[in-house]
Amino acid sequence: MGIWDREHECMPREELEQLQLERLQATIHRVYKNVTCYRNKFNDQGINPDDIQSLTDLANLPFTTKEDLRLNYPYGMFAVPLREVVRIHSSSGTTGKPTVVGYTKNDIKTWSNLVARFMTAAGVTHDDVVQVAFGYGMFTGAFGLHYGAEAIGASVIPMGGGNTEKQIMIMQDYRSSVLVCTPSYAITIADRLEKLGIDPKGLSLKVGLFGGEPWSEPMRSEIESRLSISATDNYGLSEIIGPGVAGECSHKCGMHIFEDAFIPEIIDPETCEVLPPGSTGELVITTLSKEAFPMIRYRTRDITSLVYDTCECGRTIVRMKKTMGRSDDMLIIKGVNVYPSQIEEVLIAIEGCEPHYQLIVERKGALDSLEVQIEVTENIFFDEMKLQRAFLERVERRIESIIGVGVFVRLVEPNSIPRYEGKASRVIDKRLI
Amino acid sequence: MLKVKNINTYYGKVHALKNISLHLGEGEIVALIGANGAGKTTMLNTLSGVTPASSGSINFLGESITGLAPDRIVKNGVSQVPEGRQVFKGLTVADNLELGAYLRFCSRESKDAIRRDMGHIYELFPRLEERRKQMAGTLSGGEQQMLAIGRALMAKPKLLLLDEPSMGLAPLVVQEIFTVIERLRRDEGTTIMLVEQNAKAALKMADRGYVLETGKVILEGPAAELLENREVQRAYLGKDKKEIWER
Repeated sequence: MGIWDREHECMPREELEQLQLERLQATIHRVYKNVTCYRNKFNDQGINPDDIQSLTDLANLPFTTKEDLRLNYPYGMFAVPLREVVRIHSSSGTTGKPTVVGYTKNDIKTWSNLVARFMTAAGVTHDDVVQVAFGYGMFTGAFGLHYGAEAIGASVIPMGGGNTEKQIMIMQDYRSSVLVCTPSYAITIADRLEKLGIDPKGLSLKVGLFGGEPWSEPMRSEIESRLSISATDNYGLSEIIGPGVAGECSHKCGMHIFEDAFIPEIIDPETCEVLPPGSTGELVITTLSKEAFPMIRYRTRDITSLVYDTCECGRTIVRMKKTMGRSDDMLIIKGVNVYPSQIEEVLIAIEGCEPHYQLIVERKGALDSLEVQIEVTENIFFDEMKLQRAFLERVERRIESIIGVGVFVRLVEPNSIPRYEGKASRVIDKRLI
Repeated sequence: MLKVKNINTYYGKVHALKNISLHLGEGEIVALIGANGAGKTTMLNTLSGVTPASSGSINFLGESITGLAPDRIVKNGVSQVPEGRQVFKGLTVADNLELGAYLRFCSRESKDAIRRDMGHIYELFPRLEERRKQMAGTLSGGEQQMLAIGRALMAKPKLLLLDEPSMGLAPLVVQEIFTVIERLRRDEGTTIMLVEQNAKAALKMADRGYVLETGKVILEGPAAELLENREVQRAYLGKDKKEIWER
């Protein structure tokens, strides 16, 4: 397999660390000058940007959290004036307000090249036809892969999500050789192919790039055998850049983090201490080459560990294991980030609804389903079935409009949902990932 | 090839360079850009040992050259073409060039080799050969710049530090000098650090660049990207004036 940017992906560590230090110092100076939130945080902790003299000094800087992004909604974290921003994306937020991120012209170029790196590592070349079956719109996934494929010179089909039969028709007729979607949607496609009696070996597919939600090795094997492709994982989040933070090479032994653009750290999510190499903990990322939306020590809330030994592919950069969960209560439902608190707010807002509720997440077939169970009370009990159903539908619509995925709402008997002392565990995730 | 970490340099009480880290790869052309007083020239003077750093490390070809005297640094392979050329006006062109090889004479290098190199300089700048017996002070600005570059090259540097080579020169002459700089890299693999007010021209020629502001590096990146960066355009290329941001 090729290497898109040999200089930066195969750098000797000493050179890489010099470059990281230079870019880190420049980034710190820029955010201190241009972003009030960072300037205040540094000043509060008595940090002078000049204090950063080595990569280990990074550990003295304050973290950035989703809460910071929320407090600075919408443009407060931007490090350039809005008129230099050529693109705005956003992702779901914890309290109904989304997180807003921006890109300059250069950022889009940087992003395209970062995605091109992991696509190349997965085996995509300019001869490929890439079918992007991620939803376009506010999410970064589809655009990131789209730009990466274009940078490589592949032919991109911006299909968008859903409409499985049409996906299959296009896959057949346009001879798509690369499939980009969530891993669970890949299974949906495999199911449909089976139902339609289409042999995947008769398709032109050879590579799948799957992301947007965590998935397991057994799931990889299933996708690889049922679609007869090589399936690779990649990692990213819109706050950092979108896809393009890390991706697997054909050896599939962890996702290479593009360290000339990002510094990863692993911390203990409770004590916030930086953990020694190899430990499992929360991934924290600092961006090194972003102009519009630099992030200093952003807490991703994803749990993983880093592998520093050299990969057979020749890349010298560190790898991250598949994410093993979250250090907050965020759920990923059909590739969409959902926080229980978003649902709680809807329930509180709907008159009379006490928030005694529970979320049940299941995987039915390949797709996730989310059920919201609410304990019935006088206020929301109706004698008439019709009224009762109308009420439930209203709640479902409200929740869907806030979180962006459909849910089922069901009433359950009073006191049937376990009560917790202290931190409530409102989520039962029955998916085995 | 060159690795600089956390350099601090003072002019008396003025803190001119604050924690600067930068590097140059073999055969790279790297531009340092920034407004007046940003610290560009100080950076070059620190690298060449003329204004030593008070802290930080400079590593050249795997060896520390931090705190070495300027002549030792020249011997290690770093030559500087100072701002405003600084040719010896009362000496001939040929004498100026010979002085560039002073340390090579001292170390008893063969005169033939030095003469051959002089021939090479005349090849790069035919006009210097025409005027080789003329006093340097009688040369035009462009010719003096060529002489200053020629003199630096006579030390056979691996790294050439160029300070404002385009200053005060007519556009055609600037082009001529830039062509030679590009040729030096292409034909001889000379690594070049270029300080320029003319940021656009410098970035067009360079592979990468660092943007300095009040003694700090605020941006590093491929030259093409820096050219596209609006902040660079505004501050150093004279486009757009900075306004209060609308949030």
